[in-house]
Amino acid sequence: MQTLEQISKEAQLAVEQASELRALDDVRVRFLGKKGLLTAQLKSLGKLSAEERPKAGAAINVAKQTLQALIEARQSSLNKDQLAEQLASETLDITLPGRRGNQGGLHPVTQTLDRISDIFRGAGYEVVDGPEIEDDYHNFEALNIPAHHPARAMHDTFYLNTGYLLRTHTSPVQVRVMEARKPPLRLICPGRVYRRDSDITHSAMFHQVEGLVVDEGISFADLKGTVAEFLQKFFEKELEVRFRPSYFPFTEPSAEVDVQCVHCLGKGCRVCSQTGWLEVMGCGMVHPNVLKMSGIDSEQYQGFAFGMGGDRLATLIYEIPDLRMLFENDVRFLSQFN
Amino acid sequence: MKFSEAWLREFVNPDVDTATLAEQLTMAGLEVESIEPVAGAFSGVVVARVISVSPHPNAEKLSVCQVFDGEQTMQVVCGAPNVRDGLITAFARVGAVLPGEFKIKKAKLRGEESNGMLCSEDELAVGEDTSGIIELDAELSIGADLRAELQLDDVSIDCDLTPNRGDCFSLTGIARETGVLNNLSVQLPECVAVPALVDDVFPVRVEDFSGCPRYLGRVIRNIDAGKRAPLWMREKLRRCGLRSIDPVVDITNYVMLELGQPMHAFDLAQLHDEIIVRKARGDERLTMLDGSDLALDSNTLLIADAKGPVAIAGVMGGEHSGINSKTTDVFLECAFFATLPIAGTARSYGLHTDASLRYERGVDHQLQRKAVERATALLIEIVGGAPGPIVDTYDADSLPQPVVCRLRFNRLTRLVGMEIPESDVLTILERLGLVVTDKQANDVDGVIWTVDVPSHRFDIALEEDLVEEICRIYGYNNIPNTAPVTHLQLSQVVLEATPSQRIKHLLADLGYQEVITYSFVEPVMMDLLSPENTTESIQLTNPMSVDQSVMRVNLLPGLIKCQLDNANRQQSRIRVFEIGLCFISGASSAITDLDQRLTLGGLLWGERNEESWHAKAELSDYYDLKGDVEQVLELTGHSGVEFRVTKDAVLHPGQSADIYENGKKLGRMGRLHPEIEQRLEIRSAVYVFELYVDPLLVHAHVTHGEISRYPSVRRDLSLLVGREVALAKLESIVRRHAGAFLTNFRVFDVYHGEGIDSTAKSVAVGLTFQHPSRTLTELEINDCVDTAVQALEADIGARLR
Repeated sequence: MQTLEQISKEAQLAVEQASELRALDDVRVRFLGKKGLLTAQLKSLGKLSAEERPKAGAAINVAKQTLQALIEARQSSLNKDQLAEQLASETLDITLPGRRGNQGGLHPVTQTLDRISDIFRGAGYEVVDGPEIEDDYHNFEALNIPAHHPARAMHDTFYLNTGYLLRTHTSPVQVRVMEARKPPLRLICPGRVYRRDSDITHSAMFHQVEGLVVDEGISFADLKGTVAEFLQKFFEKELEVRFRPSYFPFTEPSAEVDVQCVHCLGKGCRVCSQTGWLEVMGCGMVHPNVLKMSGIDSEQYQGFAFGMGGDRLATLIYEIPDLRMLFENDVRFLSQFN
Repeated sequence: MKFSEAWLREFVNPDVDTATLAEQLTMAGLEVESIEPVAGAFSGVVVARVISVSPHPNAEKLSVCQVFDGEQTMQVVCGAPNVRDGLITAFARVGAVLPGEFKIKKAKLRGEESNGMLCSEDELAVGEDTSGIIELDAELSIGADLRAELQLDDVSIDCDLTPNRGDCFSLTGIARETGVLNNLSVQLPECVAVPALVDDVFPVRVEDFSGCPRYLGRVIRNIDAGKRAPLWMREKLRRCGLRSIDPVVDITNYVMLELGQPMHAFDLAQLHDEIIVRKARGDERLTMLDGSDLALDSNTLLIADAKGPVAIAGVMGGEHSGINSKTTDVFLECAFFATLPIAGTARSYGLHTDASLRYERGVDHQLQRKAVERATALLIEIVGGAPGPIVDTYDADSLPQPVVCRLRFNRLTRLVGMEIPESDVLTILERLGLVVTDKQANDVDGVIWTVDVPSHRFDIALEEDLVEEICRIYGYNNIPNTAPVTHLQLSQVVLEATPSQRIKHLLADLGYQEVITYSFVEPVMMDLLSPENTTESIQLTNPMSVDQSVMRVNLLPGLIKCQLDNANRQQSRIRVFEIGLCFISGASSAITDLDQRLTLGGLLWGERNEESWHAKAELSDYYDLKGDVEQVLELTGHSGVEFRVTKDAVLHPGQSADIYENGKKLGRMGRLHPEIEQRLEIRSAVYVFELYVDPLLVHAHVTHGEISRYPSVRRDLSLLVGREVALAKLESIVRRHAGAFLTNFRVFDVYHGEGIDSTAKSVAVGLTFQHPSRTLTELEINDCVDTAVQALEADIGARLR
């Protein structure tokens, strides 16, 4: 019969030689199983004397525990190997493109209008819209532009066979809101407008964003502050902003707003025609006649309004060289902005 | 308004350079558009006299001239047809440099020595005339440097005037403004009354004082119209953008530029009996100075004589009564016409002249007499003649009334948002010629000034106008930037609403590219793409072109143009959408009956997915379209819609649907009709959808429903039904009969073809049952399924496979 020592040695060797989990399990059964060799050693304890028994028993237990630990260690190592093998066999070319649909996107003008709206919404402005086919009253008369007013020549209006017209600006929305509601008003109105005009910086259809604030104590300084702050937030730069006196029949005083060229920062370049400035919007204090016509007391309330070209701002921020590209709907062009 | 800087400086000469002056004007609201030198860059050119001219021995078109340049006489070869003995002209000496760095050297031309060059306007860039050499006035001193002699170191400044600043359409106006900006007084042109030398008058009768509140006329006899306006005058006209025509017209134009008052000169010999200012009568015609022959409509204000119209008031004179070189007697007209009639007239005839431009923007009603005197003086100086007395016909009530404005200091402060010191306000008013005639004060308004507005500032009528003037001169950019202080209000965010932006984002994520197409489209495309029963589209009366001449009634023309254009750009897979208004006319043409309907449209064409290592590129079909539409409907809370077979003529009859919800149409979708695809030469199927956005944006209020904790059971059925049976029909039968605990109905296979009767198809459906508060028994489920199967058999002849 083998000694405990011999068995232990043999077992140790067998564990080392087991090259896979099943073989290792066979080793366990052979030595530690119910009929295993070490288990048999325990059974033989009965043949020993009472004095010898505890010592021999302890030795067998130590041998069993040692073997158990060896098997576990081996098992863990084999597990690792097997996992490594599995992982190796499952390895993919992670650089192949994924399985997916295609991403579309929003038009750069929409993104620009949304962003402008969001900037103002954050300050409590409400975004409103209005009809694109308008009547003469809302597009002109209620804005202090009566028939034959020379300012009408600035508008190049499209007329319709129904006697109406395509709005030439988003300002009629102001009128509609002022007619329907009482101050305080804080509005932003993005939308399509139409003028008979087409060249590198004009399209017969384009987008305007109109802003209107009417409340007690609204001043020209407030208008300046709002517009300047907007431009800096929009362009994300501390750009210089200047206000030039101008004329719109529906505001008084009126101003044209120039922002330092976003491209050359005022040094003079192609984008700003070497002037260092970009004309980006018109604005002014709402004309008392306009307030009165819409039923607002011009002594109690003052207001300011501004209007900017959404397309122009989009071309500036995305560095698009020709405004007409916005309406050619070339998906290769559009998808650049997704 | 284009003007010469040197001319301006004759009236007011601020100590600033051209760029600063332009900046001042721009920042005062007279935006400088361009600054152009009045002459090219050249040097070494002098005034010279041609002493003699003889033909070139070897060249037919050349002459050999002796030219005296103030120091010596030398031989110069010249090719100009107008070179002649005694001509005073521009001579580029040897060593001169002409525009374009062109150096003048001693040369031999066809064997004849030439010591310099006689120059045309074009060669010196002082005009456009290329027909011959410059003809200078005899008064110029021979040998003088041409640049200095003609003050050619000058620029033309072009100001873009806003419609309210008609007062600046003259050198006087610009000078006044320049004076205000630099705090300088302005030396305005002298207008001395010219006494009458003859008694002749020509009668004037004004029938329409509302259109013509004042009309001044003056006869001037015995002029010499064969003369030429002097060079200094022609140069000033040129630098202000006007061509020299004849001396009389040049003088009236000169006065117009100088003072802002348009004038007209008639050939007195061509006028009959009297001048009548009246509206046109039926079927009158007039041949204008520009040669156009116009039928006059009855709103047109005319200058007529006893025989008929001779001019359109304030716009243009007639050809027949115009000045020509044989004219000896002139009738000078200087009128104040009302603004609006002239604006309407100029626009309706498309005749925009220097006169109409000024009249429609407004003219100072106190200017007419000054202008007549100024023009008379110039006429006598240049073409001679004897003036008669001025006949002044006016109606005091029709003339503009003096304007008095009040200005409240506190109102000014409130509107501006800062306190501009009282003393500054007063100084600005004074500089602008606004005369304070009274001063009061109260607690509410603070100081209240009463201000008389001068007649040339006809744009000022209200307190706000004064506020603008004060801000303008004080400097917009000297006013602080502040944030408005206003009441914080919360906004209503509607619970049952989907923002339209959310739909856009969904479609973008589904692979669609948003496009923005024109709201006006080509009528042929609109007709082709409108269902037969739609109303007529609204037309533009003045479109830019035919292909943008009707308002769209749906989004298809724009979307399909996108498909065509992008397919031409070699795109094999196109998914685009647009949200925009469509314009559907109603029962009447009234705007209230017009439906400006916000519509979402989409188009898909070409491959479903891009070709890839894991999938072949397959063409999209109806179900790709439907899936995307269903996702939009589900997003917005409208998944319970009904897809009905449609008779839409634009769509494929077997692959299209109208979308209904509670009996109301929400939109339509399907493949474009193959005939239309063929007509548009589209190679493969195009799928489109249109949804009306407004109903989509609201949905029913959602509340919590109990979620069952008990197991669900699924039963699959494989059914044989007729090929024509719609799944919706099958589903509705199942839902009606499978009991209350059917929680899900799913189709997982549809097959027809080999192994099945050609009139039938096999449909496999999965039914899921679940009870909210207990586990369903086998028996219960079997009952439900059996009932459903029996109903299917009875209603649509379905058989279990």
